[in-house]
Amino acid sequence: MLATEARQILIRVGSLVARNQMRAISNGTAQLEQQAQPKEAQEPQIKKFEIYRWNPDNAGEKPYMQTYEVDLRECGPMVLDALIKIKNEMDPTLTFRRSCREGICGSCAMNIGGTNTLACISKIDINTSKSLKVYPLPHMYVVRDLVPDMNNFYEQYRNIQPWLQRKNEAGEKKGKAQYLQSVEDRSKLDGLYECILCACCSTSCPSYWWNAEKYLGPAVLMQAYRWIIDSRDENSAERLNKLKDPFSVYRCHTIMNCTRTCPKGLNPGRAIAEIKKLLSGLASKPAPKLETAALHK
Amino acid sequence: MNRLFVRRAGQHVTRSLFGPNASRLPQVTCVRDACCKDEYSLIDHKFDAIVIGAGGAGMRAGFGLAEKGFQTAIISKLFPTRSHTVAAQGGVNAALSNMDKDDWKYHFYDTVKGSDWLGDQNAIHYMCREAEKAVCELDMYGMPFSRKPDGKIYQRPFGGQTLDYGKGGVARRACACADRTGHALIHTLYGQTLKHSDSCHYFVDYFVLDLIMSQGACVGCLAWKLDDGTFHRFLAKNTVVAAGGCGRVYFSTTAGHTCTGDGNAWVSRQELPLMDMEFVQFHPTGIYGAGCLITEGVRGEGGFFLNCKGERFMERYAPKAKDLASRDVVARAMTMEVLAGNGCGPLKDHVHLQLHHIDAKIIKQRLPGIMVTARIFAKVDVTKEPVPVLPTVHYNMGGIPTDYKGRVVTIDENGKEQVVKGLYSCGETSCASVHGANRLGANSLLDLIIFGRVCALDIAANSCPGDKPPQVEDKATEKSLDNFKRLRCADGCIPTAALRMELQRTMTKHAAVFREGKLLKEGLLKVAELCEQFKDIKTTDRTMVWNSNLVETLELQNMLANAVHIITAMENRKESRGSHAREDFKTRVDELDYGAPLAGQKKKPFEEHWRKHTMTFALGNKGCASIKYRPVVDTTLDSSVAPIPPAPRTY
Repeated sequence: MLATEARQILIRVGSLVARNQMRAISNGTAQLEQQAQPKEAQEPQIKKFEIYRWNPDNAGEKPYMQTYEVDLRECGPMVLDALIKIKNEMDPTLTFRRSCREGICGSCAMNIGGTNTLACISKIDINTSKSLKVYPLPHMYVVRDLVPDMNNFYEQYRNIQPWLQRKNEAGEKKGKAQYLQSVEDRSKLDGLYECILCACCSTSCPSYWWNAEKYLGPAVLMQAYRWIIDSRDENSAERLNKLKDPFSVYRCHTIMNCTRTCPKGLNPGRAIAEIKKLLSGLASKPAPKLETAALHK
Repeated sequence: MNRLFVRRAGQHVTRSLFGPNASRLPQVTCVRDACCKDEYSLIDHKFDAIVIGAGGAGMRAGFGLAEKGFQTAIISKLFPTRSHTVAAQGGVNAALSNMDKDDWKYHFYDTVKGSDWLGDQNAIHYMCREAEKAVCELDMYGMPFSRKPDGKIYQRPFGGQTLDYGKGGVARRACACADRTGHALIHTLYGQTLKHSDSCHYFVDYFVLDLIMSQGACVGCLAWKLDDGTFHRFLAKNTVVAAGGCGRVYFSTTAGHTCTGDGNAWVSRQELPLMDMEFVQFHPTGIYGAGCLITEGVRGEGGFFLNCKGERFMERYAPKAKDLASRDVVARAMTMEVLAGNGCGPLKDHVHLQLHHIDAKIIKQRLPGIMVTARIFAKVDVTKEPVPVLPTVHYNMGGIPTDYKGRVVTIDENGKEQVVKGLYSCGETSCASVHGANRLGANSLLDLIIFGRVCALDIAANSCPGDKPPQVEDKATEKSLDNFKRLRCADGCIPTAALRMELQRTMTKHAAVFREGKLLKEGLLKVAELCEQFKDIKTTDRTMVWNSNLVETLELQNMLANAVHIITAMENRKESRGSHAREDFKTRVDELDYGAPLAGQKKKPFEEHWRKHTMTFALGNKGCASIKYRPVVDTTLDSSVAPIPPAPRTY
């Protein structure tokens, strides 16, 4: 049994000090102690962060840049680590969104060193001779500091109806059977469904800057294409029809900032091109390789 | 100071009533005269039902209610797809039989065994029976499951999953979307709530301060809108709490910054109990240092652990299931390897997870996400090198006690179980208890959709859309607002971040994989001391728009409440069961010794064994809790499956 083995090992470990040390190692506190140790021996490695600040609650205040100095030796490797360190130790009023800290939730999208990206997976440039500038996502209304107003973006996402649509839903046995989708048909969703709606791409697009009200922008269009091309979805024609106007899709001028900036390595530019092909009749959605509702009969 | 507040109040009123946001406030039934509105006055919203939290469980409950015609408010401090469900990787369990001849009864057996016989068998019965239906529903909503060549959903092996009641080998049961199942799930569910946007009304970036109770029933909640600093009372006959777990009370955790156990704290502050909080799951494979999750699916696809000698040590600890034993078993085995001096790295303080023996093409196809995560956070190429990993805090089996219909229960003065009127709970914040003392991988996403759905169904069965929301006195929110005002202006000695760090260090040090009485007692006192120190907290930001300094302080208050329950329950439970491994009480104490022949044994009375749920009640803000117990439900819902009697648990 595990328990007896544990006891034997612990007896072997012997003295209480050693035992506590081992426990610290085993539960991760060893690292913690290490991190807490002041690094006197080493020269500090000071990096300047210039961060956009604005608080609407401070009447009359105009946006400004505030500089913070962070010792990289006492800071994690990512920009988010630095922002958290600044907030924890220097200035608790600094405000930004964050959640998962591993690049999957899309909260901490911001403009870092001139590029839209996620702070949590963006490494700090260790060249300390240059400061790092951090702004909110460009051309968005700012709620405060690095927090942009995303409502227009989300509203556009809602407009493309991001859910599966079937012609004969009532005739299918809800919750009784799976649809069939061939591996090939499923692979058409790869590179599309992984989008985390961080809006890095849309807010890097000059067309979106000029026409954010009417042009859907790369992130939302890529999701539109994700549903159009899903072999299980039967409303592709209607979906495409909704996009037929001078603005929704055609404000894309293949600038490709979207693909360049995507922190997840996706290619929204390609998805938009595919939509254009479908809209112009140069291509059409292939029939599903397998009859999707075969098991519902 | 006061005059400043009043002037600013005017600003808020203008913005919220006539600004661009005005159209996004449906059902404003009682906005008081703007001239007499002070900064802390309330805007009321009346709904048929309220869901707090927009993760997997919250959204499933939300559109479930909308389908039944309920005007539903979904309130969240985050945009829905930022909730931590998004980070789940491996899969969602359902006995679809796409890979092997499977049966939900095998899944039932595995889950009961995985729970170390602390799970309620009626709830487990319900979850496993409904699993197939729930997963097929997800497929119909458009979830992009990975596929097999025949077009059916791809399923992968996961820890603790077996065929034929443990006798038929490893079961491939976890339905997967590559290694991004949670991401796919949360985006699919968000789509469904948008489909029902006539009835699902989102209130995003609203921080809920407290539940509102009236005569023992829950009648809604009080929320603070971060965008403009206004206060909102949401009132409804039924409220569903789906606010997620509290992983952040620990220093090293796979949980995101947002997992601060707010739901548990709201309930705890209403003098209601939390259940089984001592059961904190350590995930075997958090990346060493960063704490980011590496899915159990890696081992499902053929990955395994190595110690510094290059030995596959899991073969010694779990000869049958090996690397796919249940999480508590694997986490303990890893810890013991490290304790025995077999750890890897210069500090010998972690082990290696190898997967580069798997075909790189398969890794790319089935585990693309962890390839990237390992590259970024561990700086390794998984197709060439092993990943350094360490057991890392991952999941709270405990939480708000509910029955299998999601109704919150408490224990009254006479020791009798009572349903709390108007209050439901689902997701990680709840404890139905399907996970008992240890959750099996890929059962949490299932828990979300099953119990999110059942909350909606039970509300629809017992209430009607348009039912009059209960009346609430103005006094009901007084306490929460006073607390808010106090913390907003708090000018003590300890900044929020410093106290939070102290809490996380304390929990990590005193309540780890292996627990020991003396250390726990010290931890208990330390946590109580930290609660006392919270009275001397210092906040810096005094503004009202997106005051994240204050949000973090309120979250810290919630985390402290969680920590009190966790460490009290840990210190109290004097046995080892599931994820709760005590060095000083190494065996499981059941009513009978199930390792020996049962004939002639006398059942231990309730007070003397530990196969019972811990119910902890917080005592105000004193940093301590009192304890009651609740029996484990050993009966199933009907005769379609027989209860599984306890037995020694080996893998």
